[in-house]
Amino acid sequence: MKPWLCLLGIVLLSACGSARTAPETITNPPEPLLSGSEFLTAETRTLQADDFANPGYLWVDQGQALFEAVVGNSLSCAACHTDESGSLEGAAAKYPRWNSEDRRIMNLEGQINACRSSQQQLSPLEYESNELLSLTAYVANLSKAHPITVERDPGAEYAFDQGFEYFTTRRGQFNLSCANCHQDNWGQSLRGDTISQGHGNGFPAYRLEWQTLGSLHRRFKDCDTGVRAVPKELGSDTYLALEYYLAVRAEGLEIEAPGVRR
Amino acid sequence: MAAIRLSVPDTATAGEVIEIKALIQHPMESGFRRDSRGEAVARDIITRFECLYAGETVFAGDFFPAVSANPFLTFHTRATETGTLVFRWTDQDGQSWEDAAEILVE
Repeated sequence: MKPWLCLLGIVLLSACGSARTAPETITNPPEPLLSGSEFLTAETRTLQADDFANPGYLWVDQGQALFEAVVGNSLSCAACHTDESGSLEGAAAKYPRWNSEDRRIMNLEGQINACRSSQQQLSPLEYESNELLSLTAYVANLSKAHPITVERDPGAEYAFDQGFEYFTTRRGQFNLSCANCHQDNWGQSLRGDTISQGHGNGFPAYRLEWQTLGSLHRRFKDCDTGVRAVPKELGSDTYLALEYYLAVRAEGLEIEAPGVRR
Repeated sequence: MAAIRLSVPDTATAGEVIEIKALIQHPMESGFRRDSRGEAVARDIITRFECLYAGETVFAGDFFPAVSANPFLTFHTRATETGTLVFRWTDQDGQSWEDAAEILVE
């Protein structure tokens, strides 16, 4: 009886194992992996590469000031994140990550707000507020040129699947999924534009269309609105899952924040 | 708080033509747009930019609604003396933002 039970256990375990590894086979990153900046005009690429003229640096500057600022009785971000105790250089390339305490995906914005409430006793910043965008831009910029290396946590497989599903599910009046454009037809023309592969490595990015800096989730909302679907909330679990899936898909691409996009 | 970025060479030789860059964070809302509810978005623009070198205006410009958000200016001037360059942007309501840079002329 016992060997039989043992065998059943092995069969069950291996079944679980294969369910876990399944997403790996469907990640299917585009080949070759190309950053969104590869699809820009030469002028826009030049603007992004110019550390002075890139308007995203207005937010990076502000973010640095906020990072070093002391608010009330709380410590500044810079008081803990010193060069000795561990600078944040390269840290943003590991985001979003699985937060096992909250059992939620945590992106850079979420991490900054978590730090504010747990370490600084400050209220969280509103998503897409100028302060949160600036801090995110500053921290992301510290990882510029670092390749995205997101850890695949076993606890996050559900979120990964959810993100993959959102990416590949048709929606909206146009009945298009993200993958219809950014996986199957990247490099093709869509009106006056060339379709990119849909990576988030330039975000938060200065979009010429917005005339301002915006988060990746704001970009998601634009894409959902573009196919005439009802967009999700900024910072929602669905968008966090999508951000996580996209980061895994874009593994190895270098962080460009603050990018300049159309 | 409007973020400002300036690029002025630290040193120059007398008579040298120097390149100056100035970038300010501002929405430059044209007044022609409508929001998602169809309401007109009020105009909010910078109308004047001035650059003073040792107290003298070396470059100035009037801005209009067609100027993009976060206007970026590049211009040239001749390095004449060691001194301060003052950059001032003034909006339609008279509010202004100022920043300065020092230059050493040898």
